Amino acid sequence: MSRNLDATFAALADPTRRAMLARLAEGEVSVTDLAAPFDMSLAAVSKHLKVLERAGLIIRGREAQWRPCRLDARPLQEVATYLERYRRFWEDSFDRLDDYLKTLQQQDGRQDETHERTKDGDHERSHERTKDRSKHRRSNERRDDRRSNERRSHERKK
Amino acid sequence: MSARNKLAITTPSEREIAMTRAFDAPRALVWQMFTRPEHVRQWWGHGHLEVTVCEIDLRVGGAYRYTGRTPDGMEVPFRGVYREIVAPERLVLTEIYDVPMARDHEGVVTTTFTEAAGKTTVHSVVRYDSKETRDMVLASGMESGVASGYDRIDELLQAASREAG
Repeated sequence: MSRNLDATFAALADPTRRAMLARLAEGEVSVTDLAAPFDMSLAAVSKHLKVLERAGLIIRGREAQWRPCRLDARPLQEVATYLERYRRFWEDSFDRLDDYLKTLQQQDGRQDETHERTKDGDHERSHERTKDRSKHRRSNERRDDRRSNERRSHERKK
Repeated sequence: MSARNKLAITTPSEREIAMTRAFDAPRALVWQMFTRPEHVRQWWGHGHLEVTVCEIDLRVGGAYRYTGRTPDGMEVPFRGVYREIVAPERLVLTEIYDVPMARDHEGVVTTTFTEAAGKTTVHSVVRYDSKETRDMVLASGMESGVASGYDRIDELLQAASREAG
């Protein structure tokens, strides 16, 4: 199966062949008609067709003189299924990351308010609170990072 | 539900797969999402894999390991080494899909993080040692990828099924 897939990928890697497949998706067509939009010899066209045929993407009529070409969508379906699966993997991961970022930023916003209220208070107390709320540890660390950055820039200004 | 930022996947060359995705968050925060295991666990493979291992040694030369388990119990292990770490802008790491055969082929993942107007755009390019490896990854690994040129497949299939129907 993976060898077939390789052939499909190889066949699809060429823009001319993809254009041919797009044309064939509209229906059965003769080699001459298929070649018409391309500035290439019939020999070159027939080379592309051989690649598509080997990949199982097209079926060529043996009987008729004009040997009509027809798209066979099954290998495409196979590739599309694979690719679709991998796209979904990252799409789902990143959509989840979106939601997670939203949650973190909301938490962070709430903690910044707390921070505003206590910024003149002592650090020990705020540190204790950080320990208690261990599931918010990371955003607190970020806050602490930011606080030390603020402190540094404040010191630089001095 | 508000519209999602869209994931764009292309193949800039025959050995590469590129992904671009924006996030509504500052860059420093998005950077952490990609570099701290407790965050990576929250999203990597979500809906597809249960993360069983997520270890990150964020130093140049340091290793990382992500393993997920599919619903039917198959382990999907990835590992690699950090090559370049420029927080919060740029991360370069190697990537190996750690199963027989595939583990002989290494990819190099370069991820850049750019921030504009409160959004961070993550652009990630995976470069494989050969076209064959990339295609193998597309065909059998858990890496993502839809070649820009392959975007027509949907079109083709729709047209083909209209034809058939």
